[in-house]
Amino acid sequence: MTDTPLLELRNITKSFGSVEALTGVDFEVRAGEVMALVGDNGAGKSTLIKCVAGIHAADSGDIFFEGAKVDIHGPRDAARLGIEVVYQDLALCDNLDVVQNMFLGREANRFQILNEAAMEHSTSATLKTLAVTTISSVRQPVATLSGGQRQSVAVAKAVHWNSKLVILDEPTAALGVAQTEQVLALVRRLGEQGLGVVIISHNLHDVFETADRITVLRLGRNVGVFDRGTTTQQVIVEAITAGMPTKVAGIPSTGERPA
Amino acid sequence: MNAAGVVGNNQAPAPEEKQISGGLAGLYERAWLNLRTGNLGPTPIIVGEIAVVIIFGFTATNFFTAVNFVNLITESAGTAMLAFGVVFVLLLGEIDLSIGYVAGIGALIVAELQLPGSSWQVNGLIAMVVAVAVCAVIGGFQGSIVAFIGVPSFVVTLGGFLIWQGVILNKLEQRGTIIIQDRWINYTDAYIFSHLGGWLIAAIVTALYPLSVLYKKIAARETEIAKQNPYTFALRTIGVAVVAFGTVAVSNHGRVIKTALGLPLAGVIVIFFFILLTFLAKWTTFGRHVYAVGGNAEAARRAGINVPRIRVLVFMISGATAGIGGIIFAAQVNSVALTFPPGNLLLNAIASAVIGGVSLFGGRGEVRGALLGALLIGTLQNGLNTLNVSNGWIYIITGLVLLGAVMLDTVAVRLQARSGR
Repeated sequence: MTDTPLLELRNITKSFGSVEALTGVDFEVRAGEVMALVGDNGAGKSTLIKCVAGIHAADSGDIFFEGAKVDIHGPRDAARLGIEVVYQDLALCDNLDVVQNMFLGREANRFQILNEAAMEHSTSATLKTLAVTTISSVRQPVATLSGGQRQSVAVAKAVHWNSKLVILDEPTAALGVAQTEQVLALVRRLGEQGLGVVIISHNLHDVFETADRITVLRLGRNVGVFDRGTTTQQVIVEAITAGMPTKVAGIPSTGERPA
Repeated sequence: MNAAGVVGNNQAPAPEEKQISGGLAGLYERAWLNLRTGNLGPTPIIVGEIAVVIIFGFTATNFFTAVNFVNLITESAGTAMLAFGVVFVLLLGEIDLSIGYVAGIGALIVAELQLPGSSWQVNGLIAMVVAVAVCAVIGGFQGSIVAFIGVPSFVVTLGGFLIWQGVILNKLEQRGTIIIQDRWINYTDAYIFSHLGGWLIAAIVTALYPLSVLYKKIAARETEIAKQNPYTFALRTIGVAVVAFGTVAVSNHGRVIKTALGLPLAGVIVIFFFILLTFLAKWTTFGRHVYAVGGNAEAARRAGINVPRIRVLVFMISGATAGIGGIIFAAQVNSVALTFPPGNLLLNAIASAVIGGVSLFGGRGEVRGALLGALLIGTLQNGLNTLNVSNGWIYIITGLVLLGAVMLDTVAVRLQARSGR
């Protein structure tokens, strides 16, 4: 871990009409770290992630990536920086196969003609790196895969592009016990490979299984950042349900750094 | 019916297929597995086509003649062209109801531009290019309303249906009929290749399929898409050869009074666009994006695909193919009249694509479905005509075939879902 966070959000505010979804939120994640983002429904987790992914534009606030201030205006900007998001609904095309989904929107081509061989080889290689062994054929339509397999494809797709930061939105929400274990192991491997990982989850068991640190949001504001080693589920639950909004808790750089 | 998105003709092996042996035994196993799991591909429609040909061959006196065969090709050509465009629109999960009258606009423009003695008279070839371009722009205009304003395509193209019908009415109500004398335009339907020319075209078309498979096998060796049972490959190659050379052989036999017939250009135009559009759908990034948008538009958008651009381009294709089809139809009667478009052109085109296994809900289907569907509908209507069956019955029977095809497809999809494919 380095001192400069991989991704740093400062003072992010975002409103939808008269509803303030985020109010002066700070957030950071370092390379090689799994950061959990937790909070009750409507706490602003998804909105915060969408600001990073380029789906929403923040009303105000700054985004720093690898120490440099960046503007993210769309999914392509985020992808160019090396930020990939795995959405709750996975955003896979059921009618396309694993390879086709992996390269969706970024197909290997020469003069617009698809290079299927290169795409298939590279897909197999990525799945191998991530030790995803449950998918028997990369030419299966995604419609035929199980929930865990789909999640693995979605994660592999995110990692595939030499990404530096992978954001997972509720990756285990729709999975059974065994499949959840598979996916959590995959998430830990991402961290071990030096990527920054943000995992959004309602399931504190999952969070404590994977995360190095935990950021808690409540009603669109920061409540605190906790080290997994020095906190308990009890503390996190209290923070989620009754935490007091705070500007500084847990993020050392906040406040000291000149804007 | 078709496993959408799988490149070329290779089906992605599902896990249970892993044990299937190569060679001849594997061929039977795979055929049986495909039947059980509802992965029928174009088989039912080919079987249906053969059945229809046999039935009419025995019942209708003039059906089984070379002249009627050439007629059948030229009659189906226009519908097939429109159906190609319908495939792309349906792949997006959209619909284009305007194509019948957009085809009329295409025909009207070539008719106007070739008008002898008018100040704007141009060469027939230029007239056709202009007409197709205008039709593409019309499609693009309607597609833009769908893509940027977000009006459902059903409504937008229903508007187009009325508007372009109105334009044709205004133009032709006083004039009646515009006769097309330009030979280039009339060639699109009536040009007949020499016997040798026909054989050459058959040879080229036959060679294309094995060449494309071999190219894939070499370029993509050691991948799953390169895997194909050699017997399947051989059977398919033989099938393509039999159809291509058979078509030319029968066409060359035709004789109207003393003029020898041959392969009609209309058929070659259709095959040319069939190959071109199949390539576009299966081998290019654009085609991949069309399937992606049809499968999950939101996923495509998040993947950075410019979804509105894809939508506009697809409606442009639909407009352009309608224009080409319209020109072929106009060339058939050497004129454009108020009765254009002929018969149930719009519904026949959509029915062709649907009978060919293209899903109305997007993301599933192939260009070849339009060709096979148009051929089946063309054969049915031609055969019933030679039997002197009334128009009413022709509509009823076409409708029943459409229903049957869609029911078969629905059952097949359910079987596929149950077997996890």
